[in-house]
Amino acid sequence: MKRKSIVMLLAASIAVTAMAPATVQAAKEGKVINIYSWNDEFRERVEAVYPEVKETSKDGTVTKLKDGTEIHWIVNPNQDGVYQQKLDEALMNQADASADDKVDIFLSETDYVNKYVDADADVAIPLTDLGIDPEKDLADQYDFTKTTASDQNGVQRGSTWQCCPGLLVYRRDIAKDVFGTDDPAEIGKKMKDWETTKETAKVLKEKGYFTFSSYADTFRLYGNSIEKSWVEVGETTVRVDQKIMDWVNDSKEWLDAGYIDETVKGQFNADWNKAMGSKSKVFAFLLPAWGIDFVLKPNWDGEEGAWAVTTPPQEYNWGGSYIHGCQGTDNPGHVKDIIMALTGNKEILLKISQDYSDFTNTRSGMQDATSDENFASEFLGGQNPFEYFAPVAESIQIAPLSAYDQGCVELIQNAFTDYFHDKVDFEKAVSNFETAIKERYPEITEVQWPEK
Amino acid sequence: MKKRKSLSYAKWGYLFILPFFLCYFIFSLIPLFDTVKYSFFEYFRSGIKEIGPNFVGLENYKMLLQSDMLKYGLNTLILWVIGFIPQIVVALTLAVWFTDIRLKIRGKQFFKVVIYLPNLIMASAFAMLFFTMFSTNGPVNSILMSLGIITERIDFMGSVFGTRSLIGFMNFLMWFGNTTIMLMAAIMGISTEVFEASELDGCNTIKRFFYIILPMIRPILAYTLITAIIGGLQMFDVPQILTNGQGNPDRTSMTLIMFLNNHLKSKNYGMAGALSVYLFIISGILCFIVYRMTNDNDPDGSKAAERRRKKEERRRR
Repeated sequence: MKRKSIVMLLAASIAVTAMAPATVQAAKEGKVINIYSWNDEFRERVEAVYPEVKETSKDGTVTKLKDGTEIHWIVNPNQDGVYQQKLDEALMNQADASADDKVDIFLSETDYVNKYVDADADVAIPLTDLGIDPEKDLADQYDFTKTTASDQNGVQRGSTWQCCPGLLVYRRDIAKDVFGTDDPAEIGKKMKDWETTKETAKVLKEKGYFTFSSYADTFRLYGNSIEKSWVEVGETTVRVDQKIMDWVNDSKEWLDAGYIDETVKGQFNADWNKAMGSKSKVFAFLLPAWGIDFVLKPNWDGEEGAWAVTTPPQEYNWGGSYIHGCQGTDNPGHVKDIIMALTGNKEILLKISQDYSDFTNTRSGMQDATSDENFASEFLGGQNPFEYFAPVAESIQIAPLSAYDQGCVELIQNAFTDYFHDKVDFEKAVSNFETAIKERYPEITEVQWPEK
Repeated sequence: MKKRKSLSYAKWGYLFILPFFLCYFIFSLIPLFDTVKYSFFEYFRSGIKEIGPNFVGLENYKMLLQSDMLKYGLNTLILWVIGFIPQIVVALTLAVWFTDIRLKIRGKQFFKVVIYLPNLIMASAFAMLFFTMFSTNGPVNSILMSLGIITERIDFMGSVFGTRSLIGFMNFLMWFGNTTIMLMAAIMGISTEVFEASELDGCNTIKRFFYIILPMIRPILAYTLITAIIGGLQMFDVPQILTNGQGNPDRTSMTLIMFLNNHLKSKNYGMAGALSVYLFIISGILCFIVYRMTNDNDPDGSKAAERRRKKEERRRR
């Protein structure tokens, strides 16, 4: 408990320094800003748009700022919870670490942002303590991104530059072959809800095409519309939502019918990447803006302009990287500056959108983009994706979050993979999930399934 | 004068081994005791909040017995046997061939290097390679299809048999070279006079193998077996990478250490400690059995013969 009191003390002292005038701060700022993240995306964004950046070392681990401060990038992969493990380790040692080793900024994903903005854990600095007034300074952000980054008392403890409404991305050549048109409005009609999509899938199947590549592709759409969070605050029971069971049943049905490629197991693996290539028979993917730029584009080996986007069967949000100032940081001034520059500056956000086709967290900016020809994408054959992203973003209802989301989402997909491939029966998949979730989170005592 | 006589060099010896014992004490022995200690505690992390340590007695041990631990133990055993049997057979055969002066195999040195090579690759890289090669849309399937051997792609890693054989095969490939070289050293340690004498007595190759080589290399065989068993109990990297840490399908290739690793994701030191203690006990028992089996201090069977004779006598009386 001694350590905790030290943390509190430190936090309090930081809070005090943060409120002091900027000139005093600059003198006290540390030389090294340590940033924890799970890939290079944030680094690339900072390099591209943060005006203070001078240069980055060749191996990408150190970025120098104009005032001589160094940003040290500490990157650990997300998969299997590795990133969180390493981050947690660093956070536990935060109080004892020397000034240059302290975590100053860390990133979190929608799947586990809840764990880090928790008021009791108190690892992410409330934005107001950094001198940012969310009401005023971040007024142009989408509301749901602000809610997601807030703790149980409604205090915002993180901020994001991106907003991740998802779309249906489809191959124009296949659309022409099967439906005789590649017009996004027409295709959107054929995919307007699950029932219609199933009819369309049948037509695609007759021509030898798969509608989606993997059963995991549709998960986010269902998972985003759950009514209650996986684990309620203060409880130790995992509640599997009916929507998740709908995903299980539909996926099984679709796989058995041959609408989904059975050989692609999950996402972010070689088979999935291959399904995005020109030889693949997969018609469409469900991806947010970063997915198109960061995943689909590098894997596509055909001509540019072969893909197009349209409205998905169901609105959803996938991902989103939140920037948090870390309690105990010795660079509160820089932290504030970076957060403001990357998430609260419309000009910079629009630049990110234009250069990386990322859908950024500025409502007015995105509204402008829908009708601005500069935002048309070569990769999408000259289509302006923002025209489709913006309305989805407006209507996103973010699912109630819990600190257990990443484990639940990952493990339920794993457990039912065997069921989809007829390796185990339904009951066995259910019990496999229960075993796995209790292994990952020892405090979980029970799993409740919806009544069938 | 007297002083000089009692001059002892032993202290230098102790001084030289001191670094090892210091390292061992700090990095192995203390953690070992901690592991045992924490196995009696409830001690894990929930999110970023630490829970425990609270003393719970044997609760962790009980819960492990109620879990699927024994199933994972069986998985480990199966995976180990699949890899070890071909490994020891091939290694013994190769060792005998390579050391046979009559066979005069050319390029012995070259083959020794080649069979050892797979061991130099990192196990995880090796597993990754197999994962890619044998994936449903991978090169092995493509080659088999274009050769016309199969008409439909095989989902190697989707079946229990496929996954287990792949893991066994990989372990075999990685370790048979190492074992071969070890056994060769053992065989070369046998005096050539014994071989010559047996040949003069008309001993054929098979008899020579079973009655001369095998008994003479027993201590090294025991060593190989013990290290292989301990290695087998610790099997982790190959199945972990090949199945993405899930032990698919249906947890049939989940080994004990993978199970342990699952507990460490939540820093569950209590449960992981209890599992480690179980593993420690199991490996202790196994090593003891192997040691007794292979280190019999009755090499020519005279004591056994004596026992038999006495028994016979008693029966007659």
